[in-house]
Amino acid sequence: MGWIQNRFEENLVITSLDWALNWAKSNSLWPMTFGLACCAIEMMATGAARFDIDRFGAGAFRATPRQSDLMIVAGTVTYKMTSRIRRLYNQMPEPKYVIAMGACTIGGGPYFKYGYHVVKGVDLIVPVDVYVPGCPPRPEALLEGLMRLQDKIRQGTIARPAQPA
Amino acid sequence: MRGKRVSGAERNRQGMEDKLLQGRPDVLVEVDRDRAGGGLRTEEMLVNMGPQHPSTHGVLRLMLRIDGELVLECTPHIGYLHRCAEKIGENVTPVQFIPITDRLDYLAAMINNHGYSLAVEKLLGMEVPERGRYIRVIMSELNRIASHLVSFGAYGLDMGAFTPFVYAFREREYILDLFEQVCGARLTYSYLSIGGATQDLPEGFPERLAQFLDYFEPKIAEYNNLLSFNQIFVKRTAGVGVISAADAIAWGLTGPCLRGSGVKWDLRKCVPYDIYDRFEFDIPVGLPGGVGGAPREAVVGDSWNRYYVRILEMQQSVRILRQCLQQLPSGDFRAKVPRVLKLPAKETYLEVEGGRGQVGYLVVGDGKAVPRRVKIRGPSFCNLSIASHVCRNVLIADIAAIIGSIDVVMGEVDR
Repeated sequence: MGWIQNRFEENLVITSLDWALNWAKSNSLWPMTFGLACCAIEMMATGAARFDIDRFGAGAFRATPRQSDLMIVAGTVTYKMTSRIRRLYNQMPEPKYVIAMGACTIGGGPYFKYGYHVVKGVDLIVPVDVYVPGCPPRPEALLEGLMRLQDKIRQGTIARPAQPA
Repeated sequence: MRGKRVSGAERNRQGMEDKLLQGRPDVLVEVDRDRAGGGLRTEEMLVNMGPQHPSTHGVLRLMLRIDGELVLECTPHIGYLHRCAEKIGENVTPVQFIPITDRLDYLAAMINNHGYSLAVEKLLGMEVPERGRYIRVIMSELNRIASHLVSFGAYGLDMGAFTPFVYAFREREYILDLFEQVCGARLTYSYLSIGGATQDLPEGFPERLAQFLDYFEPKIAEYNNLLSFNQIFVKRTAGVGVISAADAIAWGLTGPCLRGSGVKWDLRKCVPYDIYDRFEFDIPVGLPGGVGGAPREAVVGDSWNRYYVRILEMQQSVRILRQCLQQLPSGDFRAKVPRVLKLPAKETYLEVEGGRGQVGYLVVGDGKAVPRRVKIRGPSFCNLSIASHVCRNVLIADIAAIIGSIDVVMGEVDR
């Protein structure tokens, strides 16, 4: 959280500020349109008529990493794609989060055994916050993953961690 | 310009601009030749479009050589989604390979299941019961509608219209509901397998399908009012990226891209496989401007026609589905399939009409349960090959219109 991070002890002002910051951060996650394979179609379905990810404040899909907070890695990651994913992740401004959507992204999925060109998990390339299993996960599962991520964001604090005595 | 020295490259560029403006009288570009040829220095630029780009439909990378707004050359780079499907096919039995075929063209997974099953059955000489065959055609046609709906919605998105996308997905969800009822999956079904379908249709399915068809058919007119004949959309797509019939055949295009160029070729009609010879339907083809409701600006083989062929095909699929429901027999849904299928030492090649064109499967057996070789003809791969030919001397904004109308699915291009 920039310059304010780790500057103050935990106190009443900081916890109130934490609450406000986390409320803002968790309810306006802007995902990047980053569809790789089949899961991207379910990601589109999550954003479309029936499931409507906008209800959770994450409906503003941005076409550029520089405007987005959340990278939903939806689909199989191949070796040719790794350097691009890494670069896109680096281009995103802090604070940034990653949801690994689908079996391929978590660990290779159906391509684990014979897929010589498939990376066995996107967490080898970028840090992952929430794993959403499924092949592909249902839109409800993605929404659940989003809510778990919001829970995680709400637990964050800008206070300096307590020093061990 | 007269009296000034003009370099070869400069002359070349002017020729391209002339050509471009001939094709696009609606684009009012003031080309100040004297300034361009005079003091102002211009140079070509290489731009990477993708692999992460909203209008490349997945992880396609286009290398554009541009001069201002003019695209001089467009080279597609593929391989960002190479998932080794053919190699997996050589390592697992045909029944185990069915889930991988789902993930080739993930928008029309049922048709891939159908094609691979037919190829393996042809190799084995297996007969599928009547009901199984009808279930297969029902699923294939429903999935064709779902696939064309995504194509329609995403194309609207490419052209800057968000509403059609939401409309398309609304109807698509009803189709997915039907798929969920038969197999529990929304996208990767593995429902059609060697010998027929894995399960019978659930109780009340034909009624629910009939209900859906009654609901869906009037919606097509809504799509036309919303997008097809929308003046902004027509301006963006009509007359853009024209592929002549000869070019389309020479580059091996199939499916809506070929029919959009006016070639009346559909495997379901021309070389009927399975039971498609029992149904009455038409092959929609591209329309010249002003004919059959096409806008004045349309040319046979342009982006608008490739798009509109898909809309018309949805109507034809509804027709086939209605006939299927009338003829649906009772009986077995799956042939007796032995637990271990020994593939004879023969090879077989079979093509079916997929959502994007002809999906072909080559299966070579050698007396074992696992095939020696599986080769897949992805229609998107062949359709994409024309991109470098047709995306020449067009505006940058037209690239989105052309690539969107070719409608590639990268899972099938890279396999």
